[in-house]
Amino acid sequence: MKDKKAGLLVGIFMLLGVAAFIYLAMQVSGLAFNDKTQGYTIQARFDDIGGLTDRAKVTIAGVTVGQVESIEYDKEYYMAKVVMTIFSEVDNIPTDSSVAILTSGLIGEKYLGISIGAEEEVLHNGDELYDTQSALVLENLIGQFLMNAGSDN
Amino acid sequence: MGLVKNLFAGVYGFIESLGQSGIFLFQSLFRLPIRWGEAIRLYVRQVYSVGVLSLIIIIVSGAFIGMVLALQGYSILTSYGSESAVGQLLALTLLRELGPVVTGLLFAGRAGSALTAEIGLMKATEQLSSYEMMGIDPLRRVIAPRLLAGITCMPILALIFSAVGIWAGMMVSVNWLGVYEGSFWASMQQSVFFDTDIMNGIIKSFVFAIAVVWIAVYQGYVCQPTSEGIGRATTRTVVMGSLAILGLDFLLTAAMFGDF
Repeated sequence: MKDKKAGLLVGIFMLLGVAAFIYLAMQVSGLAFNDKTQGYTIQARFDDIGGLTDRAKVTIAGVTVGQVESIEYDKEYYMAKVVMTIFSEVDNIPTDSSVAILTSGLIGEKYLGISIGAEEEVLHNGDELYDTQSALVLENLIGQFLMNAGSDN
Repeated sequence: MGLVKNLFAGVYGFIESLGQSGIFLFQSLFRLPIRWGEAIRLYVRQVYSVGVLSLIIIIVSGAFIGMVLALQGYSILTSYGSESAVGQLLALTLLRELGPVVTGLLFAGRAGSALTAEIGLMKATEQLSSYEMMGIDPLRRVIAPRLLAGITCMPILALIFSAVGIWAGMMVSVNWLGVYEGSFWASMQQSVFFDTDIMNGIIKSFVFAIAVVWIAVYQGYVCQPTSEGIGRATTRTVVMGSLAILGLDFLLTAAMFGDF
């Protein structure tokens, strides 16, 4: 009788452990099982990614429409090549759209924002966005400010 | 001259007991009980007393640590205007460090001391020798189920600790301090990686479990079979177990997150 109750409680204990594991995997680390199957990939080259990381979100009008898949150094162009996955239901991004690296908050995470262009043609799997705007690097901004202040005098 | 001799004897004794406890661990783990039904029954009972009974203290301390982390993190991050990063802070601290380490320390205090005292009392009341008289190996019947139960329970407890801590921290920061819930989860999901953070936390708690349970059952098994001896062995379990966890944590952290 006592053994049966202990067995039941041990079962509940182990189920709690499994539930905690699933909660941590899905909700906390954002692991999704159907990650790569939905959506198409596009790429863009930046002069300076300034702390953008894998799995950063890609937004249009502030709404998340995809995520950064990989970031690597492009030896040929001396630039950073960013590959991103866009959800398949967002299939009408014009080819002349521009993409910028933005920051949420003062020291928040970096993300990509796509500004829509005017072209009739839309992006497909493997296409590239050519109009890119690099991350704002604080040192460069301060440098420019000091240069301007110097030239005024 | 006496100092050198004492030091030598101390080192000798340490190495000797390390070797003996290694043989002890090997013998208990690789001489499994005779019948599977019996083994599972013994194992389930130990999981009950080691894991289920530790659940309350793990859940309560996980909740309070999560809430404190959220409050402290918020009060610092809000001065930079980035209070949404409190989710990232909470998840990384709990999954990488506090989950395995605090669970290990609580486990050493709650379950490790109980294991040592129980086995020590079995020895003092000559239950272990009576098992031997009956032709039953006490290592198989008493030690092995406790070792296996402890080693499997602690990672589960650490997972529950982290999950409860993150949930409680979420309650404090979102419902009380007014952090926007979407950016709380977004900052967390972007910085927490399944293989580096969650799996490394599980590996850590697994290593801590082996260390603590090994120390606990060995101390109980070799203690002086007197009431004073059992008391000393229990103290030693908690002290050595806690120190082992903190030392191993440094080594594991250096190995896992040390390459910049």
